[in-house]
Amino acid sequence: MSVRLSEVKQGHSAVIERVGGSGALRRRILEMGMLKGVRVHVEKYAPLKDPIELIVRGMHVSLRVEEAAEIIVDDIQ
Amino acid sequence: MKDPHMTERVLTIALAGNPNSGKTTIFNTLTGTRQKVGNWPGVTVEKKEGLIEYRGQTLKIVDLPGTYSLTPFSIEEIVARNFILDDHPDVVIDIIDASNLERSLYLATQLRELDCKVVFALNMMDVATARGAKIDVAKLSELLDVPVVQTVGNRQKGIDDLLAAAVDLAHSNKPVPQKRKVRYNPEVEKAIEALQQDLAAQLRGILPYHPRWTAIKLIENDTIVQERVAAVAGEKGAAVFETARRQREHLADRFNDEPEIITTDERYGFISGIVKEVLTTSIRQRIDISRNIDLVLTNRIVGLPIFFFFIWAMFQLTFTLGAYPQDWIEAGFGLLASAMGYLLPEGLLKELVLDGIIQGVGTVAVFLPNILILFFCIALFEDTGYMARAAFLMDKIMHLVGLHGKSFIPMLMGFGCNVPAIMATRTLESQTDRILTILITPFMSCSAKLPVYIILAGAFFGAKAGTVIFIIYLTGIVFSIATGRLFRSTLFRGADAPFVMELPPYRVPMFKSLMIHMWDRSKIFIKRMGGVILIGSMVVWALASFPRPAEIHERHAAEAARIEARFEERAAGADIPRPELEAQRDTALSELDRRTQAEQAEQSLLGRLGHGMAPFFAPIGVDWRGGIALLSGFVAKEIVVSTLGVLYAVSDDESTDQALQHALRASGMTGLSAMAMMVFVLLYLPCVATVAAIRRETGSVRWMLFSVVYSTGMAWLMAFTVYQGGRIVGLG
Ligand SMILES: Nc1nc2c(ncn2[C@@H]2O[C@H](COP(=O)(O)OP(=O)(O)O)[C@@H](O)[C@H]2O)c(=O)[nH]1
Ligand SMILES: [Mg+2]
Repeated sequence: MSVRLSEVKQGHSAVIERVGGSGALRRRILEMGMLKGVRVHVEKYAPLKDPIELIVRGMHVSLRVEEAAEIIVDDIQ
Repeated sequence: MKDPHMTERVLTIALAGNPNSGKTTIFNTLTGTRQKVGNWPGVTVEKKEGLIEYRGQTLKIVDLPGTYSLTPFSIEEIVARNFILDDHPDVVIDIIDASNLERSLYLATQLRELDCKVVFALNMMDVATARGAKIDVAKLSELLDVPVVQTVGNRQKGIDDLLAAAVDLAHSNKPVPQKRKVRYNPEVEKAIEALQQDLAAQLRGILPYHPRWTAIKLIENDTIVQERVAAVAGEKGAAVFETARRQREHLADRFNDEPEIITTDERYGFISGIVKEVLTTSIRQRIDISRNIDLVLTNRIVGLPIFFFFIWAMFQLTFTLGAYPQDWIEAGFGLLASAMGYLLPEGLLKELVLDGIIQGVGTVAVFLPNILILFFCIALFEDTGYMARAAFLMDKIMHLVGLHGKSFIPMLMGFGCNVPAIMATRTLESQTDRILTILITPFMSCSAKLPVYIILAGAFFGAKAGTVIFIIYLTGIVFSIATGRLFRSTLFRGADAPFVMELPPYRVPMFKSLMIHMWDRSKIFIKRMGGVILIGSMVVWALASFPRPAEIHERHAAEAARIEARFEERAAGADIPRPELEAQRDTALSELDRRTQAEQAEQSLLGRLGHGMAPFFAPIGVDWRGGIALLSGFVAKEIVVSTLGVLYAVSDDESTDQALQHALRASGMTGLSAMAMMVFVLLYLPCVATVAAIRRETGSVRWMLFSVVYSTGMAWLMAFTVYQGGRIVGLG
């Protein structure tokens, strides 16, 4: 079942199915290695619920919620 | 054999790498203190370079901006790529974070695609090893056909080998290897091939860059390369662009996605192939210390309080610890002033030195300790990795203003002094964020404005002074938020910079790099004191001292003589004790001095300017004296108070403040006009040091002028609203 990355709860992980959005943002996300088939772990939400801290390929990255909503994921664990 | 010509040429070595890969550390090790910090032409990106001698040859080391990629989206990436493309450095050293091989190799493969000589520095080898990663260095070197050197930047390990490898490569005649670059899938390769042929057929000999690379970039719809090709191609460009368009369309059709996304994907595919061959990770997963630290520092409940505590501690340190050297500097300038007063003969020169230079530079110089400490704290935040966490914590709030989380700290520093605050915007990656932050920071009321509020609020609001001052500060904050939103939706329209930010592992900072960091920035402030501020003080002094109507000074001399004569006469009469008479005489003389000074100030150019601008100040309830004081505040905001003191001819003793407040009340100012004046002081043009900082950090005179005009215009409008609005409502 596919959901948006922004809907994945803290402490869970999921596999990227598709990166939506457009232009600079999409390209930037992809260039940081968040490509289709890569597993991302939702490490935590910031105290004000935005942004999100993710772990991708062993690296900690933060994304805004609205940006994470562009990433469609699958296979939540 | 040594080639005699070779030793004469300066070799340029550029350092490229991801942010936090250890680039600055290695740059500092290579160049030591012989580095020059400036800006890349026309943009606000910091440029560092340094000349060093190596094996009898001069090397120019250039630190490129830290980037994750060379796709020209951000200014940093454009700057880095253009430098490699247009300045043709002899060698590019790519600093690779060995503990994060996969991601680092993305930039590395892009560098390999560019036609330049590359050496890899496999940095953070200690971290990689500690995480149980083993890297087959020889294999990596072979797979990409690039010399690879292992380094540990913070322990200066491997740096000599790195430099040797770079210089050897620069001298070798071996062409840049064309194989071992990324190979895309056959469809993409076919498209590249077709376009490359077209390019060769149409534009042979005039193509600025390597044909294959140009073809790839055109397929990726790279606007900068398109422009460059169009510029050299003229009419012949049309056919090429047509081919590129067709190939793009074909690929988009075939893969159901944009070609540049496909190439990104393919690059990562190529990289995972390499990583599989060179990297072995032992199963044993080490505990991630950074992750544990973040359980506390970015914790949902205590994260923000801890952050505010750090900020509070930073200001505490700045103002309590900074107070000691501040006293010394003040005493030093006092000593200097009395020495000069003693040495120099009465006259213009003495006035220039005492009232112009020492007074002007002195009031700004006392901020130096604060600035050093602030920069030290910022360097600490940056080098430990905490700055990224601060941005993470504050981003939600800053995003409401249309800014990045990292803008918070510079803006906050604005409460201390705008100069370091504006320089601290260098920690922001996006040019737009940086300029926007620079434009709104001056509305954070700096500490130099506080004495002005204290005098005015104290004079007219008595016990409510504290509340009034608080409201003024709040107005500044609200105003900067409003300005931020306004500019975001007008001048800087378009999507915010994406907030894809790495939270690097925490690291123990190196003392040396903290010092270099602090010093680099403080140096700029000190240079400015010797330059802009010195000149500014002299100009204001001259404006206040000329012309010097002889009549005023003659009257002064005559009056002084009369007082002396009267004193002698009464002393001779001797029915009052002599010391008492002396005291009376001295009071009369200093009273006279003050009156003369005030008269002189009124007659001076500055005074005339004040009178001339009276129509400008009248609608906001400020008289000509206030106007002059505000004008003189351009040198430094505290000077507003001392100028008011001169103009109202109040005495120079302990109770100056009270005397001045008394004089202000007597002058017909009201609570309302004081309020309007405070609002004006809060918002109007920043001091000369800040204006110079804006000019320097935005790299543009236009932004500087814009900031000056916008802030002064808004200040007037707001003060006008307060004053006239208040009058209509019946206040004042
Ligand atoms: N453990 C370890 N730390 C390093 C190494 N090289 C640099 N550092 C540290 O990594 C942090 C970031 O380095 P810096 O040079 O500022 O990175 P830059 O963003 O690429 O300029 C600093 O705290 C350095 O002391 C290394 O090889 N090993
Ligand atoms: Mg750096």
